[in-house]
Amino acid sequence: MLDSLTQSLGKALDRFKRAGRLTEADVQEGLREVRRALLEADVHFQVAREFCDQVGKRLLGEERLRGVEGSQQVIHAFHQELVALMGSELPALPKDPRHPMVLLLAGLNGAGKTTTAAKLALWLRQRQNRKVLLAACDLVRPAAVDQLRKLGAELGVEVYAEDPAPDLRPEEVAARALEQARRGRFDAVVVDSAGRQTVDEDLMAEIERVEAAARPDATYLVLDSMTGQDAVESARAFGERLDLYGVILTKIDGDARGGAALSVRRITGRPLCFLGTGERPGDLEEFQAERLASRILDMGDVVGLVEAAQEAVEEERAAEDYMRMMEGRLTMEDLLAQFRMLKKMGSLKKVFGMLPGAGRMSGLLEQVDDRQLARIEAMVLSMTPAERLHPEILNGSRRKRIARGSGVQVSEVNRLLQSFHQLQKQMKSMGRMLKGGKSKKRLLRQLERSGQLPMMPPGGRPRGFRR
Amino acid sequence: MVLSRLRAGLQRTRNRISHALRRLGGDTSLEEALEALEEILYTADVGLLAGEILDELQGEVRRGAIARADELGPWLRERLLRELQDPGPEPLRLQPSGPTVILVVGVNGSGKTTSVARLVAWLQGRGLKVLLGAADTFRAAAVEQLGIWAERLGVDLVTGPHQGDPAAVAHDAAEAALARGADVLVVDTAGRLHTQKNLMEELAKVARVLDRKIPGAPHETLLVLDATTGQNAVQQARRFAEKVPVDGIFLAKLDGTAKGGAVFAVQRELGLPVKFVGLGEGLEDLEVFDPGEFTDALLGPRPAAETA
Repeated sequence: MLDSLTQSLGKALDRFKRAGRLTEADVQEGLREVRRALLEADVHFQVAREFCDQVGKRLLGEERLRGVEGSQQVIHAFHQELVALMGSELPALPKDPRHPMVLLLAGLNGAGKTTTAAKLALWLRQRQNRKVLLAACDLVRPAAVDQLRKLGAELGVEVYAEDPAPDLRPEEVAARALEQARRGRFDAVVVDSAGRQTVDEDLMAEIERVEAAARPDATYLVLDSMTGQDAVESARAFGERLDLYGVILTKIDGDARGGAALSVRRITGRPLCFLGTGERPGDLEEFQAERLASRILDMGDVVGLVEAAQEAVEEERAAEDYMRMMEGRLTMEDLLAQFRMLKKMGSLKKVFGMLPGAGRMSGLLEQVDDRQLARIEAMVLSMTPAERLHPEILNGSRRKRIARGSGVQVSEVNRLLQSFHQLQKQMKSMGRMLKGGKSKKRLLRQLERSGQLPMMPPGGRPRGFRR
Repeated sequence: MVLSRLRAGLQRTRNRISHALRRLGGDTSLEEALEALEEILYTADVGLLAGEILDELQGEVRRGAIARADELGPWLRERLLRELQDPGPEPLRLQPSGPTVILVVGVNGSGKTTSVARLVAWLQGRGLKVLLGAADTFRAAAVEQLGIWAERLGVDLVTGPHQGDPAAVAHDAAEAALARGADVLVVDTAGRLHTQKNLMEELAKVARVLDRKIPGAPHETLLVLDATTGQNAVQQARRFAEKVPVDGIFLAKLDGTAKGGAVFAVQRELGLPVKFVGLGEGLEDLEVFDPGEFTDALLGPRPAAETA
């Protein structure tokens, strides 16, 4: 998400950067382009206008700071305003919920409610160690109940569902689900509901009844990130009928420009709470305005990268490998570790997306899927330790041996090596971009000071073969 | 689209624009009037075409071709209409003999399966024998969803196992269509984000398999676009058209508050016309696209505003 917004905003920002001293005319001219970029990214019309006014005021009102480059000041102003636009004090989950905590999901058809319900249930279990019950209250879409049952079974989350019948009402199902949650000592209930158009009076009345029956601690509006200007209309319409707590933005792994993300807070007054970031059940993130603002301005989500990495590998290794790989010193071991990490933290592409400057890079590893992962793992495991650390020694006969050992064709080994080299190159150029001419030491110091990377012993750690 | 809605739309178009102008006070400057129109166009998801049109409009006013505020509305309507292609009463190219194969594609949640059901109902209404292929083997219970529709519609459904190969389903469906002498085979596919390379390749494979079984198939490939989608619609259409020969757009969920203005950019950038629109909840809620009515609705107020 957001790549093209980043690019078009970047172009507009360049205009500011060129001017040594900002005159009012420079600011107006630059802001016109910014507004265009925002509108093209589906930022709501009104929000785009107000945002530009705010940034303009800030730029013209601010005194030129000593020791700071003009362009940095401009980016800072944008960053501040973006955070102000999207940020909120409210936590993603309601404070002091009852027991069991009840969360209700509402939204338009196709926004991704059922998938999100399953993701949220998993998130609550994994991150908060809660015993979660899913309640299937979408009785409109054919087979929606089946879908939730299947998702629940896949994730090992219990589902309360009743077979749809003409006189079965979703608010009754919700009430009975709550009853079961109390009896079964569940800690949380996630209630899925039918998708509806906000102009459909019957269905809007129905969701009100479901809310009344479930008395949720939080009702979330589930919103597709590809939604255009209507995002605001539907958020408003749902907000009029329901006591909305916040918004969950889905499908941000597409290439939508995230205009909805920028607009919703301002127009509805309700914060963004979670982001759906991929197809897997684990692809749900807590929303953080600072982080998204940094990403939009292409300052890179180093925080996000490191956090994700920390969950998957030990802290020390993360810092060390990260630096080394950025220098293009990539080994097969790293590749294997990366691929294994994928299973835990989502696609490498996503990780790339969090890196500064990645907006301008092609996604190399898009084509890697789970089935291929197993084959790659087999190939790397068929290599000797020396081969893994120095893939350049892989000659024809070694390749043949590896192919035999892992049960693949030699051509597949060749392909692996090819993409390995590509990756190595990309890592290297990404490292250069990240540093922007800074020395490695300086970059590290910076990262350390900001608390984004764990401390690393001077000179790094001795490299050895690790299993 | 429904006739009453058309008339109401026309009425509202005039109202909304003149209202916008009135609101600006007696001595409405051109700039303020343009700003009001700009808001109407942008909030309908027309996108950057809006800027272009407003520049033209400004030119018209400057050279005196438009002098009065009430001329703005009709001019805008005509201008927007020039951007849209009329699919005519026969939006689909049906094959003279043998089954016509229609492939339906789109992103997750765009409304494919519901649209497929309506398309089948529409084809049945024209006396055609239809067979359904459920190639969405990915989403949990998607086949069940289509199965329920198939039962209501009384059409045969060909499908495969959950998580099975969709191309195999396409193959079986094509074979069944030939064997059972169906006039039309409609193939539903799994929703996929256009950025997912593997899934997009899978779609190309489905199309290839159909072509192998029935030369020339799919004869029509429809991309289902959600009317609430913003400028991302162009990206979606572009990526899908790269993988399968998309012929036109099925604009779904136009019954909400969304105006669907993103189709202007899709038509302009990729030359893909809208062929059908989906309007309501029922099986019969499908209409052949009518650019005039669409434009009127776009310039009219959002339905929510009526009740407010």
